[in-house]
Amino acid sequence: MIKFKNTISFAVLLALTIGFAACNNNKKLPIYGQREAVITKDKDGNQVVDTVYQTIPNFSFLNQDSTIITQDVFKGKVYVADFFFTSCTTICPTMHRNLKTVYEDFKSNPDVMFLSHTIDFKYDKPAVLKKYSQKLGIDNSKWLFVYGSKEDVYRLAEKNYLVAVEEDSTARDGYIHQGWLVLIDKDKKMRGAYDGTKTEQVEQLKKDISTLLAEEKD
Amino acid sequence: MRKIILLAIFTITICTMIYSCQSESEIELASYVSNGKDIYIKYCQNCHGEKGEGLGQLAPPLTDSVFLKENKSQLACFIKNGVNKPMVINGKTYQEKMPSFPQLENIDIAQVIVYVTNSFGNKQGIYQHQLVESDLRNCK
Repeated sequence: MIKFKNTISFAVLLALTIGFAACNNNKKLPIYGQREAVITKDKDGNQVVDTVYQTIPNFSFLNQDSTIITQDVFKGKVYVADFFFTSCTTICPTMHRNLKTVYEDFKSNPDVMFLSHTIDFKYDKPAVLKKYSQKLGIDNSKWLFVYGSKEDVYRLAEKNYLVAVEEDSTARDGYIHQGWLVLIDKDKKMRGAYDGTKTEQVEQLKKDISTLLAEEKD
Repeated sequence: MRKIILLAIFTITICTMIYSCQSESEIELASYVSNGKDIYIKYCQNCHGEKGEGLGQLAPPLTDSVFLKENKSQLACFIKNGVNKPMVINGKTYQEKMPSFPQLENIDIAQVIVYVTNSFGNKQGIYQHQLVESDLRNCK
């Protein structure tokens, strides 16, 4: 009788475990940003309501090797974007220390990339970015550092990635910005934003990248 | 018998005095370390890391006990005035400049130095806050 009971409790436990595991597999990340309902026609000519999500528009920046890069580099990939500057002594070192741990975790996965934009359009020319990234100790084919005009970078930060950036002469280093690490999916939609200065949020980012990769495989 | 008792009392008193002296300096060290840790977290940790591990080639680690010992009297200068020259730490050269922290008081500097030189595998004891003033006068 005792043996029988054990078997039952084991079975229940197994069922629960499988159940939870299944739940986990079905998990999807939310989609952030503006959305609008658009009425279109499906292939049979019926009117259907479709949701159009905010996406990252195309861009053109110089990378650390002074090569022009566009969104094509990230085609079919998941990437993490952030805004920083090399002479920043406040939150940037922590952000990049933490982001580097994410980079190390996904180093061998070709579907994951990283994109850091400098907001210091005066000083952070590509050569400076190159030196910085070498000193940070990362591979530039996977983690890109880009330079653009103030208008382009700031507009993209505020309107599209929803990260506040600002030139501020009263700030210690001349600029102020938020430390969000923004997760972008293969359809250029925003799927998450994590405070790069907080290790627990960065851990969540790692989990969410895996979730997103699994979701996109389906 | 009386002599023995007196001697015993005398010895115990001396021992207690020495012991309490020791623990007083231990308490002082502990208070420097704990205050220094708060300052470290606020001003130093973003570049030098929670465990003093540094950040790539951008910021050096704080684990080179020999460097810290040899440059002990310059540490206050590094913190207060920043550093703008290459440094060789653990055999590697670091060229990025370190920002200055002019807002730190002498006592803050002493506490953070004690924290750093008694953490991350370093064990160099107390550095009195009175020393900061003279060290700052002799910055290289």
